[in-house]
Amino acid sequence: MRHAISVLVDNEAGVLSRVVGLFSGRGFNIESLSVAPTMDPTKSKIVITTTGNDAVLEQIKKQLNKLINVIKVVDCTDKDYVEREMVIVKVRAEAETRAEVLRIADIFRAKVIDVSPASYTLSLTGDVRKLEGFIEILSPVGILDFIRTGTVVMEREMQGRRKL
Amino acid sequence: MKKITGAQAFIESLRQEGVKDVFGYPGGAVLDIFDALMDASDIHFVLTRHEQGAVHAADGYARATGRTGVCIVTSGPGATNTVTGVATACMDSIPLVVFTGQVSTHLIGNDAFQEADIVGITRPCTKHNYLVKDVADLPRVIKEAFYIARTGRPGPVLVDIPKNVQQALIAFRYPDQVRLESYNPTYRGHAGQIRRVLGVILKSRRPVIYAGGGIVLSNSSPELTEFARKLNIPVTTTLMGMGVFPSGDPLAMGMLGMHGTYAANLAVTNADCLIALGARFDDRVTGKVDEFAPRAKIVHIDIDPTSISKNVRVDLPIVGDCRMVLQGMLAELEGKGDEVSEMQAGVAPWLAQIDSWKLEQPLRYCQGELIKPQHVVEMVDELAPDDTIITTEVGQNQMWTAQFYRFREPRHFLTSGGLGTMGYGFPAAIGAQVAFPDRTVIDIAGDGSIQMNIQEIATAVQYKLPVKVFILNNTYLGMVRQWQSLFYRKRYSHTSMATSPDFVKLAEAYGAHGIRVDRPDQVKGAILEALAIKGPVFVDFVVDPEEDVYPMVPAGTAICNMLLV
Ligand SMILES: Cc1ncc(C[n+]2csc(CCOP(=O)(O)OP(=O)(O)O)c2C)c(N)n1
Ligand SMILES: [Mg+2]
Repeated sequence: MRHAISVLVDNEAGVLSRVVGLFSGRGFNIESLSVAPTMDPTKSKIVITTTGNDAVLEQIKKQLNKLINVIKVVDCTDKDYVEREMVIVKVRAEAETRAEVLRIADIFRAKVIDVSPASYTLSLTGDVRKLEGFIEILSPVGILDFIRTGTVVMEREMQGRRKL
Repeated sequence: MKKITGAQAFIESLRQEGVKDVFGYPGGAVLDIFDALMDASDIHFVLTRHEQGAVHAADGYARATGRTGVCIVTSGPGATNTVTGVATACMDSIPLVVFTGQVSTHLIGNDAFQEADIVGITRPCTKHNYLVKDVADLPRVIKEAFYIARTGRPGPVLVDIPKNVQQALIAFRYPDQVRLESYNPTYRGHAGQIRRVLGVILKSRRPVIYAGGGIVLSNSSPELTEFARKLNIPVTTTLMGMGVFPSGDPLAMGMLGMHGTYAANLAVTNADCLIALGARFDDRVTGKVDEFAPRAKIVHIDIDPTSISKNVRVDLPIVGDCRMVLQGMLAELEGKGDEVSEMQAGVAPWLAQIDSWKLEQPLRYCQGELIKPQHVVEMVDELAPDDTIITTEVGQNQMWTAQFYRFREPRHFLTSGGLGTMGYGFPAAIGAQVAFPDRTVIDIAGDGSIQMNIQEIATAVQYKLPVKVFILNNTYLGMVRQWQSLFYRKRYSHTSMATSPDFVKLAEAYGAHGIRVDRPDQVKGAILEALAIKGPVFVDFVVDPEEDVYPMVPAGTAICNMLLV
């Protein structure tokens, strides 16, 4: 099962490599990773999405907590949370497909952020399923390249309420 | 406030930590620290002959005393030479602080002369590590390093100090507190869980205690012994736990696992309740995990949450310090007199069963014309003083020592368990001897392993450390040969050590004593002679080259599946 783990760490040199090294050294897998400073500039937030059975996930969380620079580990999968990721996709858009690309972009509420005679570059924010759906739909048209940011997550303010 | 250099601040910080003995080796990147050391007559420095030796010596010092071991080495090759020692300490949870010099901050990353990214290299084999980029951080970092090394599940901490940081000036103030938001080990076990666990234990009728290095590290051998005796629970220990329960006690079953005793392995396999205390279910202990303690409710008490349910499913975990948890359980037992007596009586058939296993298959070997290595160990046990500290190398020598030396107290047996580092025993013995100049310290060695840090004989001679090295010389990398013999059709690929130095002459060349014996009737005399000599001694026991360690559980099989003599 896919888990999004949010890890609050000291914003110090080498901390990311401690976290990433833990995953590679212990054979845990990383599906996506994002890192950035937080409201408190002395701390950073790392969000890792990973898969594994309960025992593996338990080890991942415990091992992360054991790192001295790790302040807090939250497995968002246990919580109500919102998640977003962004993708930038460059798609082939020549005469006969230009309109089709824009239509798809519109359906997904993607933005056109760059244009050339033969391509559109689109950006889209959403959860993983939406992004993957978008990429799947665009594939037959001809994706030239895409880049994803990795997932970021935040716990919902009101836990246990109906999702918006 | 008067300013001092980083190097002087470093020395002052060691003082504040109460450091008396330091092991190490100088070099360009630590010249300033070594210069400051010259003025610190209260800090005793031991110059080893290799940085690996320095770390193992500090490790032996730490294991023997319970204090934190300290090393100082230079950058680059000095630092990389410490890696095996650091990894050894990390696997066995030994508190060390290793200081490495580093090139000046403006050179870092430039492939400067003798630059190595030692913080990067040792990240996975330290409990934590630091690069100090600003002298203002130095006292705090040193304070944190010692604190992290000795608290919680102990371990090595490495502190990398660039040369210009050692030279920079600082108004020195040593912090009186450590503030680490993210590091708060749990010492006190959960009271409710302690009660629940005790309830399960009191109902068990085939209980076994499986005690590991955590008992040594938490100094809880007295509590463990009291607890086991109070409830009549038989005790098996891991290699790291040797000595935490008196081996002469009728409840003692010796070591478990790959080379464990028949009684211990069968007891674990048939137990209805296995109480793991400060042990981590290493694969050398469990054999095939699915068949380890298959009928038991497993209780696991450990200070490190990651150890719990890592290898084996645990029914009743308690995160906490073994000592505190045992004290909690002992307190809880007060007023449970009836249940205690019921249990004591109830386990009688179980203890009788274990006694019959002990009789059926005791540890044994056959005497012959050649010296048997086990016999040497038994004679050392008989002849050495009670407070002797024994270290070992790795291989058959290590297993025979664990099997045939009757350890009565913790911190009397220093061996590399988790990493299995050949070359550990001799420098570790030197470290233990530095801590206890008046006690007998013996490294029971193999002919292969001793050659991995044999240069440390110069250290022993220089500092008049009367360490005894008893080489069980089987002319083989014996443990590897044993596997080749059993599992690789006796194809002894590169395990012959037929070409070794003349250990007697070698000892003499260094200014130590050397003795060689090759007949069983000479063993006792050689040991007595060595023990009587005031300086370091190498004794070359020429032993039966084909002797193997039994029982043996083939790797990956259930521990009840033992090959016997
Ligand atoms: C540094 C290191 N290299 C290799 C090994 C693998 N190894 C384990 S036991 C052993 C043989 C040790 O030989 P010796 O010291 O003569 O001990 P014996 O088993 O003969 O008593 C070897 C090579 C190891 N444990 N450590
Ligand atoms: Mg040998």
